[in-house]
Amino acid sequence: MKADFPVSTTTATELLRVDGIAKRFGEFSALSGIDLTVRKGEFLCLLGPSGCGKTTLLRIIAGLEVPTAGSLQLNQRDVTRLPPSERDYGIVFQSYALFPNLNVADNIAYGLKGRREDKLRRVNELLDLIGLAGIDAKFPAQLSGGQQQRVALARALATSPGLLLLDEPLSALDARVREHLRREIKALQQKLGVTTIMVTHDQEEALTMADRIVVMNHGVIEQVGTPEEIYAQPASRFVADFVGQSNWIDATFSAEAGVQVNQLGIALQTLPALAVGQRELSLFIRPEDIELHAHWEGGAMGEANTALGDIEKIELLGGFYRLGINVPLWGNLRLNVDVSRSTYQRMRLSPERRVPLTLPADKLRAFSKADAAFGAKALA
Amino acid sequence: MIAVLQALGVPGFAAAQPPVERSQRVAGVLAWGAALLLLAFLALPLVAILGKAVTNQQGGFVGIDQFVEIAGGAHFWHAVANSMAVSVTSAIIVLPLAYVFATALTRTCMPLKPLFRGLALIPLLAPSLLPGIALVYLFGNQGVLKGWFPDGGIYGFWGIVIAEVFYTFPHALMILITALSVADARLYEAASALGAGPVRRLFTVTLPAARYGLISAALVVFTLVIVDFGAPKVIGGQYNVLAVEAYKQVIGQQNFPKGAVIGLLLLLPAVFSFIVDAVLQKRQRALLTARAQPLVPQPQRWVDGLSMLACSAISAGLLLIIGTAIAAAFIKLWPYNLAPTLAHFDFDNMDGGGWLAFRNSLKLAGITALAGTVLVFTGAYLAEKTQAAPLARQLIRLFAMLPMAVPGLVLGLGYIFFFNDPHNPLHVVYGTLAILVLCSVAHFYTTAHLTAVTALKQLDGEFEAVAASLKVPFWTTAWRVTLPVCLPAVLEVARYFFVSAMTTVSAVIFLYTPDTVLASVAVLNMDDAGDTAAAAGMAALIVGTSALVCLLFGLLSWLLQRRTQAWRRR
Ligand SMILES: Nc1ncnc2c1ncn2[C@@H]1O[C@H](COP(=O)(O)OP(=O)(O)OP(=O)(O)O)[C@@H](O)[C@H]1O
Ligand SMILES: [Mg+2]
Repeated sequence: MKADFPVSTTTATELLRVDGIAKRFGEFSALSGIDLTVRKGEFLCLLGPSGCGKTTLLRIIAGLEVPTAGSLQLNQRDVTRLPPSERDYGIVFQSYALFPNLNVADNIAYGLKGRREDKLRRVNELLDLIGLAGIDAKFPAQLSGGQQQRVALARALATSPGLLLLDEPLSALDARVREHLRREIKALQQKLGVTTIMVTHDQEEALTMADRIVVMNHGVIEQVGTPEEIYAQPASRFVADFVGQSNWIDATFSAEAGVQVNQLGIALQTLPALAVGQRELSLFIRPEDIELHAHWEGGAMGEANTALGDIEKIELLGGFYRLGINVPLWGNLRLNVDVSRSTYQRMRLSPERRVPLTLPADKLRAFSKADAAFGAKALA
Repeated sequence: MIAVLQALGVPGFAAAQPPVERSQRVAGVLAWGAALLLLAFLALPLVAILGKAVTNQQGGFVGIDQFVEIAGGAHFWHAVANSMAVSVTSAIIVLPLAYVFATALTRTCMPLKPLFRGLALIPLLAPSLLPGIALVYLFGNQGVLKGWFPDGGIYGFWGIVIAEVFYTFPHALMILITALSVADARLYEAASALGAGPVRRLFTVTLPAARYGLISAALVVFTLVIVDFGAPKVIGGQYNVLAVEAYKQVIGQQNFPKGAVIGLLLLLPAVFSFIVDAVLQKRQRALLTARAQPLVPQPQRWVDGLSMLACSAISAGLLLIIGTAIAAAFIKLWPYNLAPTLAHFDFDNMDGGGWLAFRNSLKLAGITALAGTVLVFTGAYLAEKTQAAPLARQLIRLFAMLPMAVPGLVLGLGYIFFFNDPHNPLHVVYGTLAILVLCSVAHFYTTAHLTAVTALKQLDGEFEAVAASLKVPFWTTAWRVTLPVCLPAVLEVARYFFVSAMTTVSAVIFLYTPDTVLASVAVLNMDDAGDTAAAAGMAALIVGTSALVCLLFGLLSWLLQRRTQAWRRR
């Protein structure tokens, strides 16, 4: 794609624009001030905890719910007040909503118009596409969950809509099937180039499938970005906490001393503007970003963000180990550190051992302490 | 109420409705059609009865004078006391019987459960006049067992009570079966683990859980009895009850205002039990949490044996009553000449309407089944699955629940008052079969509506949304998906309408003409004229027809299940 020059201002690549959408249910505000643009051909994930308003936003886009405020533009056309049938999208619900008394072929052909042969051809084309050729005569009750899911997808794609909406399409499936279908849906989406908005509360799903992720919380958007941006540069404490694992470190800031943990200086590569002027900070680092060293490599303790830590707990989590390390120098700070199995074995790590560790300056991020809604959880 | 305000768009209550599809405009028009039908043939007749109660026979407004006048008479209070006595006694007898029967069906491993269940529901196939007639043959002046009630003792209190017990038993049973099937096995396990014996378990777990069912069953029996005039009419003798009093005022003395006042009073217990029931149902729902484990009964030789004994005894009682009526229909001169005969079916040579009455009843039941099913499902579908015309949909939901609280007798009175008025443009239907059909549909609307709503709610709520996204109009989905999936419920509703229309007397008794006389009315009239054997014959004919229709529908739904089992899960 030609993303070398800024494209955000040109509307040609923009399929959907959500402007200041808000939704109230009585006194309860389910969504407020949602601004979003969806580019043609991209796979967008709406990610957030239960009840944050993802489904509500999707239903507003689908025309199944009316926003209290704001507008929607699809293909530069205002569709805010248009009924579902006058928008242009296909939708897959969590329940799939396959018609139980129609067989697979009739389900897929439900929205198709025209001659029988044309419908039949299109149905077979789609069955090939979802890799289920030959099941056209079966009824939904005779299919596995994964198969039902794909049939629902085929039905939504049959009319070649410009936009595909998916509401937690994988949540009803077991873990193994889910992982497989993640890849399939993503491959299908790329092959067809259909713009897709998927709702999920599973961060892994969002990280592996999405081109861009919209992280939502309490009816507002916390951050929009690529999976890499969301994971590596979370814009808020909430995002940092909700996506992936995190360590939180209490720190202070002053113009003279810079950032300090337990009155020892800590180097940060970037100090976001919000941190300046705050006395109390929370530093954030992912467990896998903390570096362990086999030996003390010289230099004073605490210099270059390095200190000694005592391994207190070791957990094997499949492909890697999670160590619980206590760092006396930084005020008995508890850190979670992830290391690969090979590193673990190479360094001959074991409980009760004392290891030098470094918090790389480029991986540390600072957040204001005031934004502490999720602080308790992080430190627990 | 809030929903109505919202629907009306009252400022402050306005809820944003999703934008309306072009095809949904049709749904809106249909919804208004259904709502207006229900308004005209259900709500307005009830309003009319109120109007009648506050005007005198000359049509002048008299306020509550007539209530005061009626309440001043000792005669009236006598009837009230009698009505209360039979209703309470019937409930006291029916409840334990139905409870034992329901427990046996739901909580034991007694053999032949389907048979017993079928036998217990037999009274539903018969008009409420049938048990009265059977009692005359059993215990009456010429009864085979008249020694049990010497000196015509059956004509009066006990006759009414026994007839009502027969008539209300299946109603109480069905409520209790529902209440007892929602048991949580975990509670029983916990109670046993804590060392509670069977008696303690009954009082600490079973009865509290079934409490709502028991109250609701008691209220239903009480209401059914207090508003029924079929049994007291046939077997009540000089024992005067309110329902018969209302009937006499209207039919005998043409005193419409007085009939209206008594009708309104009969509405009170019905409305009261309706409200209590609605409150209880809300609580009952909370009783069964989503994680409850269904209770699977374990075989226990003694319990199962005793249950079977009890159920056999109760079934035998029911069979004795229905069997007597049927036997009497085929016997020359009970009890002196027991030779079989078909002479009592020579209805055309007797007063009461003849075979025309039976043909009319078949016509009425058939048309009611057809029209009622179409109206009920259309109304329920529009109310549950479409978005247009929110006020109309709210009205449909509201009106649909009304008949539950309105006894047939009261509805029938409302119909005369409303449609007999020559100024009413709908007066044209008065005296036709059409008014009987309309009245029957209205009378049995609630149960049918609830069946339809339950079936519709079982469908995925997103079908309509998917169809809309595929640009398919709602009627296509209704026809291709909703209707086929709901077909078993459609059959059930049609069967219910047919059998109910076949057996009912209470509402239609005020509305028939010599041309539109009905079988159940003929039973009453022939019995009145002293042709008890012919009345038994007609009653037997009604039972036979209802049973046949039930079998037919059973066969139909069996065939349907077989043809569609490929896509139906169990
Ligand atoms: N029709 C409604 N009436 C009242 N409140 C509603 C309605 N629909 C949704 N809500 C509320 O709005 C909030 C957001 O709901 P929504 O379904 O969008 O959440 P979600 O992010 O999809 O959550 P989940 O992951 O659980 O599906 C919830 O608190 C919910 O209770
Ligand atoms: Mg949701």
